Amino acid sequence: MPIELSFFLEVLVGGLLAGMMYSLVALGFVLIFKASGIFNFAQAAMVLFAAMFIAGMHQRYGVPFWLAIPLTIVLMIGVAWIIERVVLRPLVNQEPIIMFMSTIGIFFALIGFAEMIWGSRSRSLDIGIPQDPIFVGDMLFQSYDLVAGGIALVLVLLLALFAQRTRMGRVLRAVADDHQAAQAVGIRLSTVWVVVWSIAGFVAVVAGVVWGGNLGVQPVMVDVAFKALPVLLLGGLTSIHGAIIAGLIIGAGESLAEVYLGPIIGGGIDNWFAYVIAMAFMVYRPEGMFGEKIIERI
Amino acid sequence: MLYRESGQFKTTYAADQAILPIKQDLYFVILAILIAVAIPFFVSNYVIQALLLPFLIYSLAAIGLNILVGYCGQISLGTGGFMAVGAFAAWNLMARIPDMPPLVAFILAGLIAAGAGILFGLPALRIKGFYLAVTTLAAQFFLIWLLQRPWFVGYSPTGVISAQTIEILGWRVDTPVDRYLFALAVLIVMALVAKNLVRSATGRKWMAIRDMDVAAEIIGIRPMITKLKAFAVSSFFVGIAGVLWAYLYLGQLEAEAFDIYTSFDVLFMVIIGGLGSILGSFLGAAFVVIVPILLNVIPGALGLPLGTAMISYIEIFIFGSLIIFFLIVEPHGLARLWSIAKQKLRLWPFPY
Repeated sequence: MPIELSFFLEVLVGGLLAGMMYSLVALGFVLIFKASGIFNFAQAAMVLFAAMFIAGMHQRYGVPFWLAIPLTIVLMIGVAWIIERVVLRPLVNQEPIIMFMSTIGIFFALIGFAEMIWGSRSRSLDIGIPQDPIFVGDMLFQSYDLVAGGIALVLVLLLALFAQRTRMGRVLRAVADDHQAAQAVGIRLSTVWVVVWSIAGFVAVVAGVVWGGNLGVQPVMVDVAFKALPVLLLGGLTSIHGAIIAGLIIGAGESLAEVYLGPIIGGGIDNWFAYVIAMAFMVYRPEGMFGEKIIERI
Repeated sequence: MLYRESGQFKTTYAADQAILPIKQDLYFVILAILIAVAIPFFVSNYVIQALLLPFLIYSLAAIGLNILVGYCGQISLGTGGFMAVGAFAAWNLMARIPDMPPLVAFILAGLIAAGAGILFGLPALRIKGFYLAVTTLAAQFFLIWLLQRPWFVGYSPTGVISAQTIEILGWRVDTPVDRYLFALAVLIVMALVAKNLVRSATGRKWMAIRDMDVAAEIIGIRPMITKLKAFAVSSFFVGIAGVLWAYLYLGQLEAEAFDIYTSFDVLFMVIIGGLGSILGSFLGAAFVVIVPILLNVIPGALGLPLGTAMISYIEIFIFGSLIIFFLIVEPHGLARLWSIAKQKLRLWPFPY
């Protein structure tokens, strides 16, 4: 295999795997948006929050991971319940932008709270995913990326199964379809919201472990989650599989651009490249690749 | 009783269309401006630098963003980027064109920011709501990246450049009091412009687009021109605010100073102050500037033994919680509280 091609493939696969990680964060956004129409900016903070609790409990009190992770999941369910009670319930029926701003408030509150307990220093989070490079032919892959990509895939399949096969999943889809109709057939919206935010919290735990294991747990992690936003747009705010496919596209596009375009126009373009892809695509199709068509009525 | 407009008759159209038709409002505004002019001579330089200057500059940015979000209904998270464009445009104009008068450079910088606003406002013709909010993040990240290129920072190795001194007709704006007065003058002029703009035909078109753009289009408002106008005017204001921020507050230019959190802060001011209210922009800016300082000072004043790091964490937490609290208590912002208070004062002390 010629060197250029194998290098290209190496960059491509690395990008695709990184894209799976973006998808993990984007998934949390999609879940909440579908079920409650809230653009949950705090998803990024939830990822950091979860990762800080796992890493903090492990390092400061020596709690083993098999215990720390379930504890954090329980904690995220608690957080979901508090958010529903304290923030969402009083704000029901407010305009979307007010809800959006309140999630930015949640964003700051969660980060501040986690830092009050665990401080802002960087911690490593090593749950035993192998870090060795793997050679396939003359291409080099990080085994960590492969495992992380695998975890993301499993999570997505689980969520899809949950949405399609369980009673609760059907309830969620009903609520996503039409709030009022769902209420009319006896679905309790408040319960649904707690469940959805809990699932988003669970996704955040997984994303936090995967991200944290790779980059270390530190407040900068929140900025990485900003990259999940263009993924979300490209895929469409309401589509779970859209989030995955867009994650792959953005991950691959971004790393290819950094390698091939970066030397020409200057480094660091991965900060905005994904946004520009998403923006360009959305001018063509404003609801993203798989988003529900926006129908406007007067 | 205190605030009663009965007996104030309008006999001309001009009087009826005055910006402040009610005498009490007029007196209040004049009093506020007088206090604002006098205050720097009574407080320490620290208060001016840490409290008053940021308040003035953020007010200007908030007015700019309020035009876009509050009046035209287009959510933008790119404020920081447009502020940076204004600041760097001013620096480059003054550094590269000899004998450039600062005021002209500032206005041109505002126009350049307006150009950037139009460019990144173009997607708004197709994209709406939250999709638009996130695409404006493209402006934020792309512009900050662009302004870190060597050409824009005059090939400075650190990417930080110091701002030129401002001199207008022999008046050197360098002491804190001078800076404050300069910012105040700019703010008053631009606030007047904004106030007049939003009650003009343009402002009404913006509000029509905000309330329902399809319907507005049907009654003959051209959405493209109207939306782009809002982006341009908003970015002009925001760009000028960026110039002031760099030249008066920081004294230096650094793209990182206009990061995404600046955008959030300004958006907070708009929401907490009140969407679609010029007065609200001032109230929101005061809130966002004062609260962190209070949160910083209170633990010390109470003698709580907390480290500075801990204080900053608590500050973040309380700031986030306060935002949620305010949104729950009064989703229409501080401006609404103000108008409720006025209504109460109108009847006081006889409630019927």
